[in-house]
Amino acid sequence: MRSRICASVICGLFVFTNVIAAGKGPEKEQLKLGFIKLTDMAPLAIAYEKGYFEDEGLYVTLEPQANWKVILDRVITGELDGAHMLAGQPLGAAVGIGTKADVVTGFSMDLNGNAITVSNEVWELMKPGITKDAQGLPVHPIPATALKPALEKFKVSGKSFKMAMVFPVSTHNYELRYWLAAGGINPGFYTPSDVTGQTRADILISVTPPPQMPATMEAGTINGYCVGEPWNQQAIFKGVGVPVITDYEIWKNNPEKVFGVTRAFADKNPRTHVALVKALTRAAIWLDEKNGANRKEAAQILSRPEYVGADYRVIANSMTGTFEYGRGDKRALPDFNVFFRYHANYPYYSDAIWYLTQMRRWGQIPEGKPDAWFVETAKKVYRPEVFVEAAKELIAEKKAIAADFDFTSDGFRAPTKEFIDGVEYDGRKPNAYIEKLALGLKGQQKIEGGNVAGK
Amino acid sequence: MSPVSNAVPADAAPVAAAASPARQGSAPPPKPRFPRVNATIDGAISLLSLIGLGFLKPVVAICRGDDPRAHMRQLWLDLAAPVLAIAAFLLVWSQVSQGIQTSLGQIPGPTAVWEQTKALWADHLVQREKAVAFYERQEKRNAEKQAEDPAADMTVRKYTGKPTYIDQIFTSLKTVFAGFLLATLIAVPLGILCGVSKTFNAMFNPLIQLFKPVSPLAWLPIVTMIVSAVYVTADPMFDKSFINSAMTVTLCSLWPTVINTAVGVGSIDRDLLNVARVLRLSKTTQLTKLVFPSSLPYIFTGMRLSLGVGWMVLIAAEMLAQNPGLGKFVWDEFQNGSSESLSRILVAVFTIGIIGFLLDRVMLAMQSAFTYGPAR
Repeated sequence: MRSRICASVICGLFVFTNVIAAGKGPEKEQLKLGFIKLTDMAPLAIAYEKGYFEDEGLYVTLEPQANWKVILDRVITGELDGAHMLAGQPLGAAVGIGTKADVVTGFSMDLNGNAITVSNEVWELMKPGITKDAQGLPVHPIPATALKPALEKFKVSGKSFKMAMVFPVSTHNYELRYWLAAGGINPGFYTPSDVTGQTRADILISVTPPPQMPATMEAGTINGYCVGEPWNQQAIFKGVGVPVITDYEIWKNNPEKVFGVTRAFADKNPRTHVALVKALTRAAIWLDEKNGANRKEAAQILSRPEYVGADYRVIANSMTGTFEYGRGDKRALPDFNVFFRYHANYPYYSDAIWYLTQMRRWGQIPEGKPDAWFVETAKKVYRPEVFVEAAKELIAEKKAIAADFDFTSDGFRAPTKEFIDGVEYDGRKPNAYIEKLALGLKGQQKIEGGNVAGK
Repeated sequence: MSPVSNAVPADAAPVAAAASPARQGSAPPPKPRFPRVNATIDGAISLLSLIGLGFLKPVVAICRGDDPRAHMRQLWLDLAAPVLAIAAFLLVWSQVSQGIQTSLGQIPGPTAVWEQTKALWADHLVQREKAVAFYERQEKRNAEKQAEDPAADMTVRKYTGKPTYIDQIFTSLKTVFAGFLLATLIAVPLGILCGVSKTFNAMFNPLIQLFKPVSPLAWLPIVTMIVSAVYVTADPMFDKSFINSAMTVTLCSLWPTVINTAVGVGSIDRDLLNVARVLRLSKTTQLTKLVFPSSLPYIFTGMRLSLGVGWMVLIAAEMLAQNPGLGKFVWDEFQNGSSESLSRILVAVFTIGIIGFLLDRVMLAMQSAFTYGPAR
């Protein structure tokens, strides 16, 4: 108790001195940021290696974390000042799915970058049903309907078909579900009593930390997974599976990871927050500039053991504008990893709202919500004003050019139909969007006794 | 005692023999020509044998020319046999490893592991250079800051680069000693209480038996939650992760010391206690002059076991809780899944083994330094 009182007095003093010193420099200079070993942590590694953090007067230590749960918990407890997070994590925390906490983001780290991989066994079962082009290579994108023969086979032999994603509120979970649902396969609903999300599921989806995906699939515990790079390319190199589709084909230029801090941190250290976003924006520019000329160097940096640590050739496979589907089936996919282009870093409310619609669709948000609630929740978490301020400072310092930024936006991207099923998404009308989707909960529907009830 | 007993690894021997020494090993040379020199050499050798260099003893003896046959046999047991075994192990390892293919490539052989050992050391040196450059940059930046605003905050920030392998080793050592120290401070008084008073023993024994077999993996989540709830300060002196691992080490390494201390205190010579009663020594004097010294060998045996347990537990705790140290190194390398990862993990395996062995030796040395009487 006493230490708490002491702590709050000290805190009070800090706030006080901060108010006095509210000049130009960051309030907190020594920071520890967490990340998961995935190639989309690149902006953090580049900002560190290129000295962008130091240019902003920040002394940043980067620390790899075991899994997304650990990252969120450590950011909330303050062991980490900020972290590489799944876009759904701050939103899930705001809604109270799993852990309830106030985490905000002023920087979206990248677009795309995930893929779905199935085991060799499943691939063999899928192969006969996949359309092939003149060279005998599969035509992409492969729809989830191609999985049906495999599902049948598993059902007949009495086995359940299991797939993994990285976290209940992860982009991967929603992408995997979107793909399956678009192919008429029910990925299962979450209910207040079923937090595993397997109610009425045709495929059992569960959580596995990204770096363990290939090993878990090799062990036969799962038959496929949706994860970020390099863990899909790793499956090819290890010969344990075949990537069937990337998230670029499920939703073209989907927002993926964000840089998250607690609201308390953002409120107490506004200058530090802007400085962090500035450094990360510069790193994002570096990663995408000159038509990807820096990507090889980036892959080299990421392959060091303190960052992603996988072999260079594995990381380079997807980082340098290509993606290898089957072994030897390497195709050009220049937008597989987008770090800056297409306004990747702007934290659009509409991006946040898409994730909220999916949380509602699969029952993580158990009851229907009005459109206004979606906007309100997005505004609680996404802080475009931080990003805009950082961008303006970078332009003033001649480290960026104004034409690259979307300063006129009101926080909503234009409606888009670039999904695998072609359903149009307009961030201003979330409920209307949910109505249009094939599977999932709509309106005031609920799961009662394992069935969809209400309307 | 025959000289052969020197070859028995000390940790396999019971309490009394554990402390048994090299001192009374072989018969002294018949006519020492340089008694003082010889005494110094003997002293040095008994010290060496404590740290695992006991094989030097027969070498010295042969050089001195006493009983070469017996000492040659001793040398075979102390030096040649272990070296031969290690060579055989390396050979089998390198042969077997070639045959096992994992998804990360072949199981690395001794050469690959040695390569990675060198690579880790080289990486350590590179990081040190980077640290120097970092401080130079910082100094420059601070100087600029001061020129602009003399009142600016000039705190020198610590190097932000990754901890090297060597750093991880020291973090682990620091953590294990912190946890072990705390465990000893709790365990010895508790053990003495249990040994002295039958009532106390009856009270604590069930609890000790209950908690002794609990694995660190079970303690860790609870420790983590409690530490993050209780240890709330704006400017913490220790990292939470450090406290988490140290506390887990404490909880798991407490028990051997408690039990051994209790047994040591309980098995004190009745005659001594009777004498104390006749002399009407006060309880305090009895405790400090009699009970404590006579149970020291037991206490140290307990502490040795505790440190061993603590070291094992620490690696698991670091792995699970992502606390810095060797355990985290192993976990990170496992997550990396690069073609070098397995070799690096094996480097860590050997490091952990060697450090564990050295820790044990240090405790053994302390044990013999602090123990009185013939059991020394």
